[in-house]
Amino acid sequence: MKKKSSIFTSQKFIVLLVVIVLFTFFSIVSPNFRQYSTMMSILNYSYYIVLMSIGVTFPLITGGVDLSIGTGLICYSLAGGYLITQKGWPVAAGLLVTVLLGVAIGVFNGVLVAFMDLPPFLTTLCTCMITRGLGSVFSKGLGISWPAANEAGGWFRSIFRITTANNTMIPIGFVLMVIIVALMAFVLNHTRIGRYTIAIGSNKEATRLSGVNVKFYHTMAYVISGFFAGLAAVAYSAVFATVQPGTGAGFELEAIGGAIIGGVSAAGGVGSVEGSFIGVFVICLLKTGLPFIGLQANWQQIITGLVLIGAVMVDIIKKKRVEVH
Amino acid sequence: MGDVILTMKDIDKSFPGVHALDHVNFEVKRGEVHALMGENGAGKSTLMKVLTGIYTKDSGTITYEGKETEFHNTREAQDAGVVIVHQELNMLGHLTVAQNIFIGREFKTGIRIDDKKMNDEAKKLFDRLHIDIDPTETMSNLTVGKQQMCEIAKAISHEAKVIIFDEPSAALTEAEIEELFKIIRDLRKQNLGIVYISHRMDEIKVITDRVTVMRDGTYVGTLITNECTKDDIINMMVGRVIYEDPKTESAVPENAPVVLKVEHLHAGKMVQDVSFELRKGEILGFSGLMGAGRTETARAIFGADPKESGDIYINGQKVTINNPQDAVKCGIGYLSEDRKRYGIVVQKTVAENSTMACLENYMSGLFINKKAEKKVAEEYVESLATKTPSVEQLVVNLSGGNQQKVVIAKWLINDCDILIFDEPTRGIDVGAKNEIYKLMSRLADEGKSIIMISSEMTEILRMSDRIVVMCEGRKTGEVKIEEATQEVIMNLATRDIN
Repeated sequence: MKKKSSIFTSQKFIVLLVVIVLFTFFSIVSPNFRQYSTMMSILNYSYYIVLMSIGVTFPLITGGVDLSIGTGLICYSLAGGYLITQKGWPVAAGLLVTVLLGVAIGVFNGVLVAFMDLPPFLTTLCTCMITRGLGSVFSKGLGISWPAANEAGGWFRSIFRITTANNTMIPIGFVLMVIIVALMAFVLNHTRIGRYTIAIGSNKEATRLSGVNVKFYHTMAYVISGFFAGLAAVAYSAVFATVQPGTGAGFELEAIGGAIIGGVSAAGGVGSVEGSFIGVFVICLLKTGLPFIGLQANWQQIITGLVLIGAVMVDIIKKKRVEVH
Repeated sequence: MGDVILTMKDIDKSFPGVHALDHVNFEVKRGEVHALMGENGAGKSTLMKVLTGIYTKDSGTITYEGKETEFHNTREAQDAGVVIVHQELNMLGHLTVAQNIFIGREFKTGIRIDDKKMNDEAKKLFDRLHIDIDPTETMSNLTVGKQQMCEIAKAISHEAKVIIFDEPSAALTEAEIEELFKIIRDLRKQNLGIVYISHRMDEIKVITDRVTVMRDGTYVGTLITNECTKDDIINMMVGRVIYEDPKTESAVPENAPVVLKVEHLHAGKMVQDVSFELRKGEILGFSGLMGAGRTETARAIFGADPKESGDIYINGQKVTINNPQDAVKCGIGYLSEDRKRYGIVVQKTVAENSTMACLENYMSGLFINKKAEKKVAEEYVESLATKTPSVEQLVVNLSGGNQQKVVIAKWLINDCDILIFDEPTRGIDVGAKNEIYKLMSRLADEGKSIIMISSEMTEILRMSDRIVVMCEGRKTGEVKIEEATQEVIMNLATRDIN
């Protein structure tokens, strides 16, 4: 094995190339795709997946998973939106509730997984169902329309995009994503939470026997995931006009898929925030791009599934090589 | 005793770097129980694995029922009638007793599995063994003893002519052992050849007809059980090898302060009422045979496993250790026998592993101070002479000896005063072993106190200032190095508890 793997052989770099190739391909084949407005809509609809993906990277690295982020997102958004539109809460307070609900579900998942030793897959599958039902309860079964950009309280929508006087959009959301990715990459690589997240995923028992409070740090991975599901709920509310109860199932798969494509190992211990970030764009490009070349949503799912299998295979092959070593 | 059914002659087997079997001889007669004895690593299991086709011999001959034979896998051996009853039971807990016994060779009518016939056949097997087990019972509802009976039933269902018992009594209660012996005597009467591997001297005397002793992969000799004494067997097991460089006197003064005192520690079956003291600057050897409960004792002290009762004092102060965090706070470091599983995080760097136990000392505010981390890791790479291109190297790329040094560095960086080395040189080559020994001596000279669990007699006699010997979860003795000989230790390690 080489001392340090070069940047050109790293999965992140390869995935970045894939993103560029996909983008170039769609742009060449479809004139409609290369419109500025298409670019903007790809970005707009990517933010909530990017945020979920950043968060879910942490439980994935511990060797677990968080399936509750998709339906959770809708649930938090419905709760926050309900308080704002029906109860007259200030938008800022509604946003805070949205994020805090995510944190609460994260704590719930984390405690069950880390302290009660429940399997992460089943635990978060259950919270996935719980949040789906809870969302409808909060909104009394109705869709919720957060304030529009031109209404009072619509300011939060310009966190992610600004529309100038001559109707061009500036995607400041993307800049925000880059900042958040940098921040969380720092957390993963330079703080104790990050260090122990990776350590738990690599060898939980050895980490415990080093005197690390494994239960706490294991919980924190799910709290981070929940927190980012909360942030994703804000991004979702800011981009979509209405939020419908009962939706959201499947969002988590796009986020988890992005993370896996970006190099998070399905067995834990390996992964990066920036990798997950890049990986999400493979999924977003396929989702938006394929219809432009005449392939409908069904095909997008089939192709995304195949790409995922490819990414997991790369991971397994890499691991086999290490074992042989 | 009848005629010879199985003869192994001049069996030779090498693995890279190890001569595991050196022209070993062994035979079994029909209607005899033949004990196979030896220290840990003497080659008993390897010999049986060669017999049953798990390993291929390099040379030598196996004669079975008068014909020269070589089994290529356990299936072939089974079909010919040579079966092993393993120490760890290979049972599928969710299936029934009968389903377990006939797994892989179910009776069928058409494509449907004939459970009724399997139950009937299983019942017949149990009748033959004079034991009462319901074939339709779910396996996980049975006690360990009963599960073992099922293993035996499974073995004889193969029309076994030779049955090998690999430490069958390790997990059994007194009553269950009695029942096991009844079955073995029964099988002997039915003219089967029985190989009985065990460490328990009292059992050997009770149940076996002959004893073959192995040492360091060689055949030492065969005795008739009721013509020899326990001491004869022990002498054959330890041999007359001159061990390299044994310690002749303790380096620790009589009045050195006690840093760790353990009183009446209980933790499951493997740790029963263990008490001892560890002095400053001392290397306290923990000797015993496999399954004596030494690792379990260490893990209980370290808080890795729960304990039922017992007190621990550090420097005279009573402490509560409920988990490894508590132990680390008390200045105890534990170096596991299974480094890859419990000691290091192989996919992380030397530096990251080094600071694992005390990362809080290498933080600037919320952030890890990687510069300081690198500096301290480099410091210890130098002082322990760890061979690594840099501290950024992944631990997986280091040799066993150097991985061990990284674990030592982890505990030294955390300023641990009490270090528990569990089989510190397992899987480490000879040169690196000496380095680890020197390092341990140096640490003791610097005032660290060390508990060294080791299954190697050489290591125990060379390193220890004092030796605690355990057998089946109990401390059976404590020996000063001045009085320690292999015979004394082996006697304690095989002592009959009752």
